[in-house]
Amino acid sequence: MMNTANHLTDDPAVRLDPTRDRGGKAQPLLSVRGLRKHFILKRDGWGKPASRVHAVDGVDFDVHKGETLGIVGESGCGKSTTARLLMHLLAPDAGEVIFDGDPVGGLGGLSLREMRRQMQMVFQNSYSSLNPRMSVEESIAFGPQVHGLGRRESRQRARRLLDQVGLSPALFANRYPHELSGGQRQRVNIARALALEPRLLILDEAVSALDKSVEAQVLNLLVDLKREYGLTYLFISHDLNVVRYISDRVMVMYLGKVAEMGDTEALYRAPAHPYTRALMSAMPSMDPNRRTERAPLVGDPPNPIDLPPGCRFCPRCPLVVDECHRREPDLMALGDGAHSAACLRAAEVSGLDDASLATSQEESP
Amino acid sequence: MADTMQVTPGAAGTLPVAPVKGYWHSVWGRLRRDPVAMVAGLVLLAIVLMAIFAPWLAPASPYSTSMLTRLQPIGTPGFPLGTDELGRDVLSRLIHGARLSLLIGVMPVVNAFFIGSMIGIVAGFVGGRTNTAIMRVIDVFYAFPAVLLAVALAGALGSGLVNSLFSLTVVFIPPIARVAESVTTKVRSVDYIEAARASGAGSLTIIHRHVLGNVLGPVFVYATSLISVSMILASGLSFLGLGARPPTPEWGLMLNTMRDAIYVNPWVTVLPGLMIFTVSICFNMLSDGLRSAMDVK
Repeated sequence: MMNTANHLTDDPAVRLDPTRDRGGKAQPLLSVRGLRKHFILKRDGWGKPASRVHAVDGVDFDVHKGETLGIVGESGCGKSTTARLLMHLLAPDAGEVIFDGDPVGGLGGLSLREMRRQMQMVFQNSYSSLNPRMSVEESIAFGPQVHGLGRRESRQRARRLLDQVGLSPALFANRYPHELSGGQRQRVNIARALALEPRLLILDEAVSALDKSVEAQVLNLLVDLKREYGLTYLFISHDLNVVRYISDRVMVMYLGKVAEMGDTEALYRAPAHPYTRALMSAMPSMDPNRRTERAPLVGDPPNPIDLPPGCRFCPRCPLVVDECHRREPDLMALGDGAHSAACLRAAEVSGLDDASLATSQEESP
Repeated sequence: MADTMQVTPGAAGTLPVAPVKGYWHSVWGRLRRDPVAMVAGLVLLAIVLMAIFAPWLAPASPYSTSMLTRLQPIGTPGFPLGTDELGRDVLSRLIHGARLSLLIGVMPVVNAFFIGSMIGIVAGFVGGRTNTAIMRVIDVFYAFPAVLLAVALAGALGSGLVNSLFSLTVVFIPPIARVAESVTTKVRSVDYIEAARASGAGSLTIIHRHVLGNVLGPVFVYATSLISVSMILASGLSFLGLGARPPTPEWGLMLNTMRDAIYVNPWVTVLPGLMIFTVSICFNMLSDGLRSAMDVK
């Protein structure tokens, strides 16, 4: 175990303490293997599950040290559930979470409490994630106090963090959440998450509810904080432009599974999964000569309770072939291995341009 | 740090620092601007002071009887509010009666507030089957009409002050526990509880620092509105002979003993009822004012 005794001290040297990094640069900070969560909706007369939502259905990924991994996908694809499972706010049904070499939970692993000191989360709703009866300073100081830092030191840390996130402590420390704007509240939430000096910060739609100019400010703040503290981010969003701006790598989720994963530029340049491709073409274009003229995706995602056999994207896929209905594709590496997609026709898809996708969409029905 | 961000701390010195205000301070600020609640509060304050200083304020003893001056009307020299069926000074009895009437009106609600909130918060926070088990038991008590339950309990335990306080407490626990449970269930699923859990806090810390403050406020408001009900029920118990005993001055009991004289001296007979009414309505209006003053959103 790491040296926990001086971890909560306020010595700036500790923050960048190389001993906190245990496995070296090459070891992923977070490894997730086979993470699964099914929500049981109904039980039969014997108490056996009768119907269940496959919210997260076997997800594997690594988060490397110092990177920002973006997770994108439409509503209900399991992005937020994944975040809550990682924080153990929900108990996973199956799967392993390994933090810097240590399995989380279980015997001999990293305790939940210790894990939560290393991994923190910023929630989407900036208002409901702050206790209305606590001043900003109390909210930020709460975490360190829980972990045994004295009241006075916690408050000092809270004030310093407020300064760090661009809010003057003299003006804001004693305010209450309802006296702040959305952007200010989200800065407080970021300060609160940083108060435990985590190494990994999960940002669950953290900027999605902010208006565009404030969103940009908060994104820049996140970039600065990351550099300053050597943080690793897991950035969950449905906004493809924001994810492209902030992420080093991107993971696309569809109905509780990983559809595609790869370096941001490679993935945005040549998406290899028809779903990613559809998402990309749904992005509003800045060029009036390249308007989106046809709906990139039709229909709703299939019911996550009764999933179709084979590939989950079949019912909406413009490139579907018979094989897709029979076999559920695994995540397969493309080319250099940094880019992978769960599609039988991935190699073809990533070579397609939009025009040929459009033609094949016309042919397919 | 980026250059833009260093502007803020520097500017802090020149900007006026906003006055630090606590939550209760702002509640008081809003309550003070509510004339109805303020009048109700002042009336209650006057009645409480009257109860505390009863021996010094009352012109006569509440116990001394006189057969010669029975059932005098209001305005009789020496008896400004008349006399009752035993010739006792009604004004003095009303002043002294405030002590006991307020006590049995407020005490059961205070007790039920603590016990009921505790039950409700535990049930709401734990959730699941524990919640169902606790709340079904509470529902059984809730199913009885309040008056019936109070009378039945007080009757079964025998008359007397302590027993009537106890039975009224039992009557008020279920509604308070219900409100506390529903507020806790709502608070429990809000993000700041998840965030606290993500900080590594245990359940007790979360209840103490995050749940109590957000649950007790609304429950407190609800409980103040029950004080008026408690006053009326307590008076009812005394009226039935299950609470305070003669010759103790207590408004409900006075209403009972003077009711035979209602044709002889109606206005004097009404006075204890008027006091009960005034106190009840003042508590109701004050709790209404509190409700809106505590609503920050």
